[in-house]
Amino acid sequence: MTLDSKIPAGPLEKKWTTFKNNAKIISPANKRKFEIIVVGSGLAGASAAATLSELGFRVKCFCYQDSPRRAHSIAAQGGINAAKNYQNDGDSVYRLFYDTIKGGDFRAREANVYRLAEVSASIIDQCVAQGVPFAREYGGLLANRSFGGAQVSRTFYARGQTGQQLLLGAYQALCKQISTGGVQMFPRTEMLDLVVVDGHAKGIVVRDLVSGKISAHAADAVLLCTGGYGNVFYLSTNAKGCNVTATYRAYKRGAFFANPCFTQIHPTCIPVSGDYQSKLTLMSESLRNDGRVWVPKRKEDCSKHPSQIPEEDRDYYLERKYPSYGNLAPRDISSRAAKEVCDEGRGVGPGGLGVYLDFSDAIKRLGRKVIEERYGNLFEMYENITGENAYEVPMRIYPAVHYTMGGLWVDYCLMSNLPGLHVLGEANFSDHGANRLGASALMQGLADGYFIIPYTIGEYLTTQFGKKVDPNHPAFQEAVQSIEKFTNRLLSVNGSRSVDSFHRELGLLMWNNCGMARNRKGLEEAIEKIQKLRDEFWKNVRVLGQGDCMNQSLEKAGRVADFLEFAELMCRDALMREESCGGHFRTEYQTPDGEALRNDEEFSFVACWKFEGVNKDPTLIKEPLNYEFIKPTTRSYK
Amino acid sequence: MSASGSSSATVVSIPCLLTRWLLSSLGKKTIVAVTGSLLVLFLIGHLLGNLTIYLGQDVINTYAQKLQSMGPLLWIVRLGLLAVFLLHIIFVVLLIAENLRASATKYIAKDNMGSTLFARTMKYTGLIVLAFVVFHISHFTLGLVQPEFYHLYQTLPDGSKRHDVYNMVVRGFQNVPISIFYILALTFLTFHLSHGVASIFQTLGISNRFLRPLLERASIAFAWLLWAGYVSIPISILLGFVQLKLPA
Amino acid sequence: MNFHLKVWRQKDANSPGRLEDYEARNIPPDASFLEMLDIVNEDLISKGIEPIVFDHDCREGICGMCSLTINGIPHGPSTGTTCQLYMRKFEDGSTIYIEPFRAGPFPVIRDLSVNRSALDRIIQAGGFISERTGSAPDANSIPIPKTIADEAMDAAACIGCGACAAACPNSSAMLFVAAKVSHLNLLPQGKPEKDRRVLSMVEQMDKEGFGGCSNFYQCEAVCPAHIPASFIAKMNRDYLVASIKRTVGVMP
Repeated sequence: MTLDSKIPAGPLEKKWTTFKNNAKIISPANKRKFEIIVVGSGLAGASAAATLSELGFRVKCFCYQDSPRRAHSIAAQGGINAAKNYQNDGDSVYRLFYDTIKGGDFRAREANVYRLAEVSASIIDQCVAQGVPFAREYGGLLANRSFGGAQVSRTFYARGQTGQQLLLGAYQALCKQISTGGVQMFPRTEMLDLVVVDGHAKGIVVRDLVSGKISAHAADAVLLCTGGYGNVFYLSTNAKGCNVTATYRAYKRGAFFANPCFTQIHPTCIPVSGDYQSKLTLMSESLRNDGRVWVPKRKEDCSKHPSQIPEEDRDYYLERKYPSYGNLAPRDISSRAAKEVCDEGRGVGPGGLGVYLDFSDAIKRLGRKVIEERYGNLFEMYENITGENAYEVPMRIYPAVHYTMGGLWVDYCLMSNLPGLHVLGEANFSDHGANRLGASALMQGLADGYFIIPYTIGEYLTTQFGKKVDPNHPAFQEAVQSIEKFTNRLLSVNGSRSVDSFHRELGLLMWNNCGMARNRKGLEEAIEKIQKLRDEFWKNVRVLGQGDCMNQSLEKAGRVADFLEFAELMCRDALMREESCGGHFRTEYQTPDGEALRNDEEFSFVACWKFEGVNKDPTLIKEPLNYEFIKPTTRSYK
Repeated sequence: MSASGSSSATVVSIPCLLTRWLLSSLGKKTIVAVTGSLLVLFLIGHLLGNLTIYLGQDVINTYAQKLQSMGPLLWIVRLGLLAVFLLHIIFVVLLIAENLRASATKYIAKDNMGSTLFARTMKYTGLIVLAFVVFHISHFTLGLVQPEFYHLYQTLPDGSKRHDVYNMVVRGFQNVPISIFYILALTFLTFHLSHGVASIFQTLGISNRFLRPLLERASIAFAWLLWAGYVSIPISILLGFVQLKLPA
Repeated sequence: MNFHLKVWRQKDANSPGRLEDYEARNIPPDASFLEMLDIVNEDLISKGIEPIVFDHDCREGICGMCSLTINGIPHGPSTGTTCQLYMRKFEDGSTIYIEPFRAGPFPVIRDLSVNRSALDRIIQAGGFISERTGSAPDANSIPIPKTIADEAMDAAACIGCGACAAACPNSSAMLFVAAKVSHLNLLPQGKPEKDRRVLSMVEQMDKEGFGGCSNFYQCEAVCPAHIPASFIAKMNRDYLVASIKRTVGVMP
C-alpha cells in the first residue's frame, strides 16, 4: 500500500499558493449544510472550530475539561515563532523553514514545513488583532527574543504565558462563535471512539463526564485536535488529563499512527523529588538565554553547596561541547547531554538527577531587575515548588517528557488515510520531524487551525455533497455498544490495584526503556513487560463506583488501558527505527563522540502503523521522505 | 425608501434604558455611591454648622434662624436629603437581597481573607446609623426626646425671641447617657465611612492601582476627622468647655 | 507529615453533602496539595471507598481547573492555585477543611467538583474582539505603548478559575469580569466594541446570578493570577460611561 501525501507539484515556495489557487470552494449556502466535529479545544481545536464557524460551517466542539479555555496549550510558556523579520536580523520564511526541518533532523515533509513557515507571519497578525498582549518595546512595536536554538530573534511572547494568551485569543474567538450559535460546545465530554461508515470518518462516540451518558454524534467530517501522548510516561509536563485515547481509538478504527517513537524530552524541567510526584513542571526554555548550564567536574563535588564549587571546578558542558550554540543547543541535544553527565555520576540534587542552571553571571551583567522582569514568574514558580531562591542558588533542572512529534498520519490537507478524519496540531505527525524546535508548537497548532484546515477541508467536503450519513446507521449503534461494553468491563474487573499504580509502573518502564536513550534489548524487554502489565491490568485493576455519574477513576482507567496498548506501539516503532535522529536516540547508533547517527539511506521515511488487532503486530507502511529542495545534512550545533 | 425597508434595530425608549442601567448590579451600586457621596457632603456641611457652637450662643442661634427663615427652600433641601437617604437604603437593601441569593451556601470553615472589619460590618453599622438618625431627628429637629430643652428661646436685645439652639444642645448633651449614645453612634458612622468613602471612588471608577491605597487611607483619615469634629461637641459640653448661657 | 482531613463529599448536584473525616498519613512536605489528595485517594481505593472527586489538570498553576477551598480560603494559604500549594505550608498534625468553591452560580457536580460554565457564558456575551480570521492588518501597524500593553497583560493573566467569586462573601464575579473587560478595553484593537462589551458582560454576569461587589477585596487576596481590584474600578468607569452613552443614544 502506498500513501498519497497529496503535495502539490511545483517549486517549494509556490506549493501552498498553487494549492490555494486550485482549492475547491464551497458556496456560503452550502457551507451551512455541512456539520463538522472538532475534538479538543486547544490552540488547534479552538482556532479551527472558530474559523470554520466563521466561514459558515456548523461546528460541534468537544473537550474533556470543564471549559475550552483550559486545554493544555495554555501551559506553553516561552513563545511563538514567526518569520516576520521585525528585528532585521536576517530571518525569512526560508530560514524558518530550514531551521525547523533541520531541527527536526530531516524527518519531516518539506512542503508541510515550508507552508508552516509561510503562514507563521499571519498568525501574529491574527493574534494581535484578537487582543493578545504580546510583549512590546517602548516604541510600541512588538518585541522578539531568540529562543531554543534559533540564531535569529523571531519569537513573540507574552511574559511567560504565551500559550495562555494565544489560547485565550482562540478561546475568545470560539466563544464569539458559540454565542452566535455557529459552534455548539460540549465541555466535560470525552471522545471514546471514532465512527467509520463505509470507510469514511462520520462521527464520534463520547461520554458525558458528568452524567456518564455515552452517545454518538454524526457529522460530515471529524477533526481530531487532541494533543500529544506524553502521558504514556506518567510523569511528563503534560496536564494530568492529556491522553492518547482519541487518536489511539481512531488508529484502532483504521487511521495510521505515524512515528510514535518521536517524543521530545525538554531539557529545563524541575527535577523529580519523590515517588509521590504526579507531574513534572517545565521551566520555560527561554531561561537558557541567560542561564548557564553546568555540573561539577568531579563527582565528589556534587554534594557540595554550589557556591563552594569554584569556577575552575565547574563543567559548563553545553558551552564546552557546542561552542557556537552553547546553552541554546536544541532540546534533544541538551537533554541528552544532561543525561550523559548525570549517568557519569555528576548530577546534582536528590538522586543525582539534575544539573545547575546558573543566573549569577546574567545577574552580574544585566542586574537583578532585568532578570526579574524577564523571568520573574518562573523564578517564583521555582521557589514555590522547590523552596529555593534561584536568584541566590542556581536552579536545578532535569529533562522531562514534553511533546510528542509523532501522531496520526495526515496528508498535505491534514486528512488522515481515513477519508473525513482530519488531524491538527500535536495530534498529527506532520511538521516537526524527529524533534521540535522551541516556540514551534504554538505556531503549528494555530497554523493548522486558522490558516490551513479552512482551505484544505473543502477538498474532502466537496466530495460529500448529498452523502449525509444517517445517525441511525448501524455503525453508530455498534460503536456506542462497544464503548458501553468497554466501560462495563473496566468497572467489573474489581481487582486490587488502582489505575494510577498501573500508570506509574508503565511510565517508569517507558522512561527507562523508551526514554531519552533506547536500545534493542531494552525495547524488546519493554514490549514483553508491557504485554504482561496489560494482562494484569485487565485482571487486577480496581475501578470503584458506577458508570452513570462522574467517575474520575473510570475516566483514567480508559485512558490508561489505551496507553498500555499504545506504549507497545511506541516501542515497536523505536525498535524498527535503527538509527538515531532527533528525539529518538538509539545507543547502538551513535558516532564515536556520542552524537546521534542518522541513517538517511534506510530510514528517511515516515513510519506509519496500521492496527491489526490487540496483541497482534501492526503493519508498517512507509511514506518515503523525498528531499527535492534541500539536502539533509548532519545536524551540527558545535 | 419604505419604512419597512429600514434597519430593524429595535428602538428602546430612554426610560427603559435608564431602568436597565439603574437596576443592573453596577447601576444599583452607582446609586448607592452617588447618594453616599451626597450624604457625605451633607455630613461635612452639618458639621461646619454644628461647629458654630464654639463661636457662641449668638452665632449658632443666628445660623439656625437663617436656616429656618429659608422656608420652602429648607423643605426642598430636607425632602431631597430624605430622598437621598431613602434611595441609599433602598438600593442597599436590593443589593443585599441579591447578594444573599447569590451566596446562599456558606463555607463551614471561615476565613476573612484580608477584608477589613469595616467592610464586613457595613450593613450593621448602616443599621445603627439609621437608628441614630431617627433618634437624632426626634431629638433636635422634632423635639420628641427631651422636649423640655426643645422649647427654649433666646430673647434678643430688640425684645424678639428665637429658638435657643445653643442651650438646647448644651442641655441635651449634659445628659451623660445621651452624650455617650451620640459618641458611640458617631463611632459606628465613622466605621461606615471608613469603608464607604473609599468605596465611592472605587464604585464610580475614580481610582486605579496607584490611587487606591491612597484613597483608602485618606478615607479612613477623613472619617475620623469628621468623628473628631462631631464628638468634640458633646465632650466639650460634658467637660464644661461649652457652658449654658443663661439670660442675665 | 500527617493531617486530619475534613472533606466535602456530595454524590451529585441534587444530593445533600457533608464533611467526611479522613486521615492523610506519611505525606512528604514537598508533595503538592493535590498530590496529598492523590495519596489519600489511593488509600481510599485500597479500602474500597470511592476516591474523592476533585478537578485538576495542568498541575502547574495555569489552567485554572483546580477549585478547592482549603480552610475557608479558595486555593488555600498560598499565593497561587491549589496545585501550586505545597504541604510544607501546613503544620504537621493539623486539621484541614477541604470544600468546593462555593458560589450560587457554581453548583456542585460531585464532591469537590463544581460547574463554572457561568464564567464561559460571560465571555461568550462579549469577552472577545470580533475579528475574522485572515482580516487582520500587519501586527506592527498599530503601535501600542508598552505601559498599555503591560497593563492589558496584567489583566489578561486571569486564569478563569473563579476563586474570586468563591472568595467573595457576595459570590461576586466582578474581578473575573473586570479582568477580561479591562484586558480588551485597554487595547486599541478592543476599542470599537468597548461599550457594548462592558454592557453585555455585566448584564450576563447579573443574569448568571453572581452577587454585587461590596469592595471587600477578598477576591484580590486569593487571586492566583494577582489581578488587582483596581481593574474593577476601571470596569465600573467603563460601565458608567457606556450606560450613559446608551441611555442618551450616542452608542457607537
